[in-house]
Amino acid sequence: MKHEQQHNPPMKYGMAIDLDKCTGCGACMVACMSENNIPFREDESDKLVSISWMSVFKLTNGKAFPDTEICYLPRPCQHCEGHGGHSPCVSVCPATATDYSAETGIVSQIYTRCFGCRYCMGACPYHARYFNWWDPVWPEGMEKYLSPNVSPRMRGVVEKCSFCFHRYQLAKNKAYLNDERTVPEAAYQTACTQACPAGAIVFGDLNNPAHQVHQIVKPDPRKGNKSRNPRAFRLLERLGTNPKVYYLSSREWVRRAGDNYLAHEKTGQVSNVHH
Amino acid sequence: MDTALIPKGVRRCPMWQFLLGLGIVGAVLAWGVYAMLLCWFKGLNQTNMNNYYGFALWIWADLAVIALGGGAFFSGLLKYIIGKDELKHIINYAVLIGFICYSSALLILAIDIGQPLRGWFIFWHANIHSMLTEVAFCLSCYFSVLTIEYIPLILENRQLNKVPFFHHLSHNMHEVMAVFAATGAFLSFFHQGSLGGVAGVLFGRPFAFREGLLIWPWTFFLFTWSAAAYGPCFTLLLTWITEKVTRKKLVKDNVVELLAKISGWMILTYTVAKICDTTRWANITVPGMGQTLADFYTGNAFYGYWILFVEIVLCGVVPAIILISAPLRKNPAWRITAFFLGVIGVSLNRWVMILQVMAVPVMPFDSWALYYPSWQEVATTILPVAYGVILIMISYRYLPIFPQEAELNPIEEAATAAVEIQTDTTPDLEPAQA
Repeated sequence: MKHEQQHNPPMKYGMAIDLDKCTGCGACMVACMSENNIPFREDESDKLVSISWMSVFKLTNGKAFPDTEICYLPRPCQHCEGHGGHSPCVSVCPATATDYSAETGIVSQIYTRCFGCRYCMGACPYHARYFNWWDPVWPEGMEKYLSPNVSPRMRGVVEKCSFCFHRYQLAKNKAYLNDERTVPEAAYQTACTQACPAGAIVFGDLNNPAHQVHQIVKPDPRKGNKSRNPRAFRLLERLGTNPKVYYLSSREWVRRAGDNYLAHEKTGQVSNVHH
Repeated sequence: MDTALIPKGVRRCPMWQFLLGLGIVGAVLAWGVYAMLLCWFKGLNQTNMNNYYGFALWIWADLAVIALGGGAFFSGLLKYIIGKDELKHIINYAVLIGFICYSSALLILAIDIGQPLRGWFIFWHANIHSMLTEVAFCLSCYFSVLTIEYIPLILENRQLNKVPFFHHLSHNMHEVMAVFAATGAFLSFFHQGSLGGVAGVLFGRPFAFREGLLIWPWTFFLFTWSAAAYGPCFTLLLTWITEKVTRKKLVKDNVVELLAKISGWMILTYTVAKICDTTRWANITVPGMGQTLADFYTGNAFYGYWILFVEIVLCGVVPAIILISAPLRKNPAWRITAFFLGVIGVSLNRWVMILQVMAVPVMPFDSWALYYPSWQEVATTILPVAYGVILIMISYRYLPIFPQEAELNPIEEAATAAVEIQTDTTPDLEPAQA
């Protein structure tokens, strides 16, 4: 008896973050830390050594009052695809401790294989990678509140946002048990997406036209996945990192702050990619 | 006390003086070892590195000593492959310096990684696309080659050489040394280059990124070239320092001048290539990424255009002219100045390609990140220097590092006679006189 097997088309999980909706409340950061067992120290005043997979940057238009405008920009790992999975960090890791998944488009980090050379941190222009300078120590009793689905990281390794990959694994198992061929959109959402009170973050499969994120972004594969939405842009798009986190804003100065431009260049202009 | 171990026909300082020197440098070494142990047992929180500065002082030191140790492979190439036979009088020292530099580099890497016990993962789980993997493989292999090149020198110790097996082993290893020199040059080409590639492939960092040939960014070739050009400067500078410390002429001027001249031409060609690379990068690569040169050299308290001037003109063009010009090259003061500038230049280049890369902001709303090392970082960086000095002291005392030393510093008859008379009356002084 001939059994025909069909494979699901590859997914490309990504995000659309509406900066016009973001209030900078930081709920996404808190949710992320809680969900992913992110360690913290008693004194977190030095932000250069603290870990926050999701960081919120504060942008200003540089104008004096009353024309001052503020924008908050949440920055998770951008899960860059680069050119054919050649993301800045994945290609440099000497021990294959970070990988680009062709199945999901998620850039993973294998903590038990990472030996802490930090080359990936140097390669990432978004500073989305963090080093565990200390062993994780939680206040007494708090270890009971840790998520059993996410392994805590040891001192001396690099970590970063995983798009809550453990949630994908759980959703995939559930879909399998329910005899579903694909993971439903609502079944796999990141913690930051769910925590955002303004609904500024939309998460899903960029390859799936049924998913909201696809409908918002409308990625154009012929132009390196650049968005067809005039409000959308990606961080440092012209470097060729090909990230899967898209930002939306109606304000031109915000869109311009997403990339480097020469004085005469128009916002959104992307010249030849150099690799 | 150790007369029997000292090479024939040369003088060495008294034992107490040697031990005193060893003790002083040993104290510095112990300080470095203490800092190293702190880093290993307490972790990299002992450093001032942070999430913006994942690469810092150590990686600079690592790249710098590897570049400076390039004198070993290039001198070997010149002597054994190109046939510059005069260089046999300095090749031993070049090998010793190379051995020190590369063993130091490996030690620094062992301290620098967050999980030292997993260091072997770089070989076991090797990512063939990573420049760092290539560095690890070629560096380890070349260190083995340097060890093989250093072993015959150890076996030439007066006492070891009396053992027939060691004598013949040393002789036979010398016979086949051209094979190892060629292997060393081949491996060096790749690991020096891949160290350049470490920065050049960072397409997320416009300050470091370079286009190139096939999979190799231009920095790949520039790093190899600069190591070959400036490495001999370091060998010659250390030779001069050793001569000053021992108060002896150890290598004839014609040997020094030959290597200096070759180094000069290499520096000149490298500097031309570097200027071409910088010009193309500043005018095509960087604007293509939406940035200008001013983004990298203004807006912070330290990194300015002066770096370009110092690296390319003061430490590139100037030493090249000095070493190429015969009258200047023959003048010891100018020559040493050129060596010194060369060493500064290549070290500065490695600094720029590591630390400035980390400092420059890439996202428009990000800011410059400056960093200063902790004492533990400084101590562990000085550690290899102390280790190197100790190894040079021991090697110089007991091994025939400088083949021309006896000829250049003959022990006069009268002095020898006086020694003999003294030896007869006071046997305890024998080691000092020998």
